Amino acid sequence: MIEEQRIVKVGMADLNIIQQAGLIRTTGLGSCVGLTLYDPLAKMAGLAHVMLPTSTIAREGELNIAKYADTAVPALLEQLLSSGADKKRIVAKMAGGSQMFTFAGTGDSLRIGPRNVESCKEKLSELGIPLLAEDTGGNYGRTIELDCETGILFIRSVQKGIKEL
Amino acid sequence: MDVLKEVGNIGAGNAATALSRLLNKPIDMAVPKVQMLPFEAVAEKVGGAECIVLAIFLRVEGDAPGNLFFILSPEGAKKLLHRLAGIHVESEEEFSEMEWSALSEIGNILAGSYLSSLADFTSLAMTPTVPALAMDMAGAILSYGLLQFGEMGDSALLIDTTFIEDQQEVEGQFFLIPDPESFDKIFTALGVPMNDD
Repeated sequence: MIEEQRIVKVGMADLNIIQQAGLIRTTGLGSCVGLTLYDPLAKMAGLAHVMLPTSTIAREGELNIAKYADTAVPALLEQLLSSGADKKRIVAKMAGGSQMFTFAGTGDSLRIGPRNVESCKEKLSELGIPLLAEDTGGNYGRTIELDCETGILFIRSVQKGIKEL
Repeated sequence: MDVLKEVGNIGAGNAATALSRLLNKPIDMAVPKVQMLPFEAVAEKVGGAECIVLAIFLRVEGDAPGNLFFILSPEGAKKLLHRLAGIHVESEEEFSEMEWSALSEIGNILAGSYLSSLADFTSLAMTPTVPALAMDMAGAILSYGLLQFGEMGDSALLIDTTFIEDQQEVEGQFFLIPDPESFDKIFTALGVPMNDD
C-alpha cells in the first residue's frame, strides 16, 4: 500500500517548516529564490519563497519578513531552531533566481533574480550556514520540493525536466 | 475601480478589434475585471503557478508605468498561428524561431493597440518596450510583474480581460498591472476625485 505523502506548500513571499516526514514545496519560481534549510538528524526542513533581495526597499506598513532575503533567512533559521533543530547541523540548498525576460538597456529591477541569489548567499555566510548546492540563474521557471527524510531537493522545470540536488 | 475597468475596457476593446481584423473574424471579449489580488491568486487566474503558458510581456514606460502581459495557452497560441499565418505547428513541445517571431509580432500588434487606446483615453504618455516572449510556468512569468507591488504589500492591482473567439477557443488574457504609483496619475488624468479608495 502506498502511503499518502504529506506535502507542505509554501506560497510566494511565504515560509514554512516541516518535520519528520513528507515534502515541502513551492511552485513557479522565476526571479524568486526558493531557499531551503535542513537538519538531517532532526529530519526538519524549512523553505522560504523569497521575492526581493532586501527589506530596506520595503514601503509596506507591516513588514512581511518572508518576502525579503535579508529577513527571511534569519527568520526561517529561527523557526527551525525553536522547533528543536541544531544550528551546527543545518545546511542550505537553493534554486531559482532566474531572469525570465531579457531586455537591452533597462533598469536594475531586471537583475532582481541574480540579486536575490546574492543576497541569500550573503545572509547564509553571515549566519555561518553552509550552502551545499544550488540551481540558480538561467531564464526559466522552477518548482522545487525538499524531501524531509533525505534532504534531497527536487527541481522541476519545463525545459530541463527533473533534477536532484 | 469602475474607472480602471473602463480603462481596461477601452484598451482591450481596441486590441480585440485589432485581432478581429487580423483574423477576419469577430472576437468577443469579457468585461474586464479589476481586482486587488493577493500574489498567489494572480497565477491562479490562468490555471495555477505551475500551469504552462505562453506570455508576451512588455513594460509600459512613460507617465503611468506598469507591466502588460498577453497570456495564451500553448494550444491557443498554436491555433492563433494556424489561423493567422497559416503556420501548422508540428512540434508538441516547442515553437520554431519563425513561429516564435510571428507570435511576437502578434503580441506586439495587440499590446500596441491596447496601449495606444489607453494613452489616447487618458492623455498620458504610455510607450511600450520591445515585447519579450516566454513559455513557462505562469507563476514564474507573472511574479515578475508583481515585483513593484512586492515593496508595498502582498497584493497587486490587476486589470484582466479575456478574449473569446466564438467557437474556436482562441482565448487570450490581457493582464495590465500598473505600478502602484500609476493609479494616482490615471485617476487624475481621468478627473476622478481621489478622496476614496
